[in-house]
Amino acid sequence: MTDATANTAPAGAGQGSLLIKDSRTAKRNGAEGRFKMYGLIAVCIGIAMLILLLTSILTSGLSAFWQTTIQIEVTLPEEKLDKSGVRDPEVMAKVTTFGYAPLLRDGLEATIAANGIETELSAKDAAELISDESVAQLRNRVLRNPDLIGQTVSVEVMASGRIDGFYKGRVTYASAERDTNISPAQLQLAEALEDKGLLNTSFNWLFLTAPDASDTRPEAAGLGVAILGSLYMMLIVLVLALPIGVAASVYLEEFAPQNRWTDLVEVNISNLAAVPSIVFGILGLAIFINFAGLPQSAPIVGGLVLTLMTLPTIIIATRAALKSVPPSIRDAALGLGASRMQSVFHHVLPLAMPGILTGTILGLAQALGETAPLLLIGMVAFVREYPEAPWEGGLFDPATALPVQVFNWTQRSDPAFVERASGAIIVLLVFLLLMNLTAIFLRRRFERRW
Amino acid sequence: MYDMRLTERVLDTETDKPKITAKGVQVYYGDTHAIKDVNVDIADKTVTAFIGPSGCGKSTFLRCLNRMNDTISIARVEGDIRIDGEDIYDKRVDPVQLRAKVGMVFQKPNPFPKSIYDNVAYGPRIHGLSRNKSDLDEIVENALRRAALWDEAKDRLSQPGTGLSGGQQQRLCIARAVATAPEILLMDEPCSALDPIATAQVEELIDELRQSYSVVIVTHSMQQAARVSQKTAFFHLGHLVEYGETGKIFTSPEDPRTESYISGRIG
Ligand SMILES: Nc1ncnc2c1ncn2[C@@H]1O[C@H](COP(=O)(O)OP(=O)(O)OP(=O)(O)O)[C@@H](O)[C@H]1O
Ligand SMILES: [Mg+2]
Repeated sequence: MTDATANTAPAGAGQGSLLIKDSRTAKRNGAEGRFKMYGLIAVCIGIAMLILLLTSILTSGLSAFWQTTIQIEVTLPEEKLDKSGVRDPEVMAKVTTFGYAPLLRDGLEATIAANGIETELSAKDAAELISDESVAQLRNRVLRNPDLIGQTVSVEVMASGRIDGFYKGRVTYASAERDTNISPAQLQLAEALEDKGLLNTSFNWLFLTAPDASDTRPEAAGLGVAILGSLYMMLIVLVLALPIGVAASVYLEEFAPQNRWTDLVEVNISNLAAVPSIVFGILGLAIFINFAGLPQSAPIVGGLVLTLMTLPTIIIATRAALKSVPPSIRDAALGLGASRMQSVFHHVLPLAMPGILTGTILGLAQALGETAPLLLIGMVAFVREYPEAPWEGGLFDPATALPVQVFNWTQRSDPAFVERASGAIIVLLVFLLLMNLTAIFLRRRFERRW
Repeated sequence: MYDMRLTERVLDTETDKPKITAKGVQVYYGDTHAIKDVNVDIADKTVTAFIGPSGCGKSTFLRCLNRMNDTISIARVEGDIRIDGEDIYDKRVDPVQLRAKVGMVFQKPNPFPKSIYDNVAYGPRIHGLSRNKSDLDEIVENALRRAALWDEAKDRLSQPGTGLSGGQQQRLCIARAVATAPEILLMDEPCSALDPIATAQVEELIDELRQSYSVVIVTHSMQQAARVSQKTAFFHLGHLVEYGETGKIFTSPEDPRTESYISGRIG
């Protein structure tokens, strides 16, 4: 090896023809080529993993955004729904879902008969095609609009989880044989309804707006409360962590004296960023719930815990952004007779803005996906009621959060919840994507060269 | 020809009381002793040049005069520096107020990443020097004219100052400093990035500023020192080796180190 170099590169390195590569050049180029290859391979592995992950989530979760529905004609008799005849919603509310269930059953039976579909199923068995949730939906619709009473209306009701699963490939005739919740005859009826154009698949807005539902009604489970809860918490984190984090970093970076005390603070902030999130959950439970007496499962507690968790991230990002502003800019401002504060607010902060915003949004994104600390403060509870608007004290109402909802659904036994959980992950990913796009947009918007 | 101009100037500076007096100034950067016992009187309405080899402490001493060394945490300044008889390191002195009075052009051009107009208007804005927009426009135009940048910049006032060439940026920084109307202007190698034409224009400006201000200029060009200044101070390794009339320093220096520096043997 050494001999070869000695032979091919005699005397100085700059001698010989430029048209012939000497052995050093060849070696150097070879090393560079190999290094590029390794890099490319690494990137490809990363992309492949990402694609694998996305396809697996999309294939199992996208169907959550579609829902099988059945079109039936329902008669709403006055004598059953509003005996008094005054259409007073308070009186009408006395009729529970038990009063409405037979209406749907009769409606389905009538629809089947009217379309000349043959089935050996009893009316009760046929009604199992319809989700239990549809009864409550019909009742709500009538209560909102009492004029419907006495009429025969065409309603689009949700199909039950098993029928929905049949059209999403989860349920087959073979599996129905062994399933106590569905029989092949019911699947046949569904297909007959489909032939008549009465059974359709449509976009499932309820998945995004409805609250969670019980174990037996996966088809009705939605993300409404979880999305609201997550939004509320992000709001709290943004409102608290951004100003506190920026103020702390500006003080530490621009005003604080450089001494052992500030060094200590600095080391501790870096350490805080590395603390496992569940520790923040325990802290939140001890301080906000047990000590301060805030309610469990409330977005305010979740928001406070996530704020604590996000603060170090924001402080570190902001300090890095402030550090990257050239000192000559500060000198220029100070040299003109600007005060320290003027130099910071007029020149340094605007230049650091892209970095601060990116850091903040990444911190928020991290908080949005955080699960562990929220489990500890009770946000995993089953919540059917939407929280009020934030200005009406909604921050103190029970709610859940998107990642917790995912966790919750993966715990349930019905395979339909796997679809729901994957769908929720898609929603979460879309939110994260939107946040990152915002970060990129803001960075572009504020970016300035110097 | 320049000899004649020189004698003229020496006469009118001698009558004035010193604008700045520095006594026993020591500057330390941590353990480094950068300025060693410097005593100097700087006259009003005069251009004083600081010359000396690289690293001898010219910038450091200049930064003592507007307390920019305060911003360097490891820097320590000792001694007595007075402007108009007032100790600028007195506890009661606010460095921000001092810097409005003692403007500075830095060694490296450092325009703000804002428009040319905003760069120049920044000082007048924070010090409330203009009553309205047209006032401010006038100040900006005037400052740019004095810094010999108006012709190049007048059509692009709203474009970023950082988009200018290095020499234009340096003139922008000069305009920015001039716009705040300081009493003393400290210029750290203002012409190091300029071509001969712009240099001549800036020198003209310095000469004009001398009518109302006291100007201290650091330069590596002997010719420039000889052309624009009335007094010259020669620094070497943190010492003020020689200080006196420019003509005398360049024609008959007393210290052998000064002589070898101006004849090109050290530095
Ligand atoms: N911020 C600083 N921290 C530590 N040492 C410094 C600092 N600034 C300057 N020095 C040191 O102080 C001495 C004087 O530096 P100064 O910048 O005043 O030199 P100068 O005469 O302006 O040189 P030049 O002509 O190259 O600009 C040098 O030895 C330098 O290393
Ligand atoms: Mg210097």
